[in-house]
Amino acid sequence: METTTETNDRQPRGQAKQATSPAAYLMVLLMGAYLGILFSKSEVAHWQRIHDMFLFREAHMYLIIVTAIVVAMLSMQIIKRFQIRSIEGKPIKYSPKPYQTGVVIGGMLFGAGWAITGACPGPIYAQIGGGQPMALFTLVGALLGMFSYAALKPKLPH
Amino acid sequence: MQGLMQPWPWWLSGILIGLTVPLLYLLAGKAFGISTSLQEIGALCSPHSKLEYFAKFDRKANLWTIVFAVGIAIGAFVATHFLSADPKPFLPASMESVSGAIKLLIGGFLIGFGTRYAGGCTSGHSITGISNLNWPSVLATVCFFAGGLAVTWGLGGWLF
Repeated sequence: METTTETNDRQPRGQAKQATSPAAYLMVLLMGAYLGILFSKSEVAHWQRIHDMFLFREAHMYLIIVTAIVVAMLSMQIIKRFQIRSIEGKPIKYSPKPYQTGVVIGGMLFGAGWAITGACPGPIYAQIGGGQPMALFTLVGALLGMFSYAALKPKLPH
Repeated sequence: MQGLMQPWPWWLSGILIGLTVPLLYLLAGKAFGISTSLQEIGALCSPHSKLEYFAKFDRKANLWTIVFAVGIAIGAFVATHFLSADPKPFLPASMESVSGAIKLLIGGFLIGFGTRYAGGCTSGHSITGISNLNWPSVLATVCFFAGGLAVTWGLGGWLF
């Protein structure tokens, strides 16, 4: 049930399959750096912040997550309302992630991992880049988990 | 400049993180999501795999997810070395031990398995999904918190 980004066949007829241009790769790299700075400076990649969130000790993480969702939602409404296209002229279309059993089971397993490590996938990369070598264990664990899912996928309920 | 070098307030952080969704769409035509990068790494590491999860995965179309991940690491490096007066360690000192390594390995396993089974993480489901009014993403986010709360409150005394 993986959403394979914009190469889906949801494009209007006549739209060529979209390869990622060198300029788009550069933008992706810059946006990654932007986010890496934010993950560090907002401390959402800090174990203590995640721990205090799950203990309801402070509102910091909740306020950030809710604010981010509201800003993203308003932005998407504007993009849809005015049918804004990307700078390369591509239509902007969200491919919905469908419901399947894994949303519930996988979601809870991920939440447990988030609480233990103090990282979700983005912050793992931020912790490594920010000079926390122990986070390599988290990354290796995440890759083992991903490979296990790949192997077990046919046997799991979806 | 003084404030810049301190941790940033929640409202600034929230607004700028939220803007990642439209900016990534506008500048690169990509939907914000990070955990697909794990699948991309797996697919690149096993080019001849017969597992459907890798064989049917478009490695080229998703290559950007790794570039994005590298960018995140670079950004965190910049933030730690040039934008922080007194950078705080990401992990508690107690994690710098054998038992800490085991915890991170197990927790990491749950992140990799769980996000891939759920089809997304905090970025793809909680931010991009919910902001696009995708109800399975709301459910996924509730489950992320259910799992995290259960571990923190149920096993917290033993784990931390």
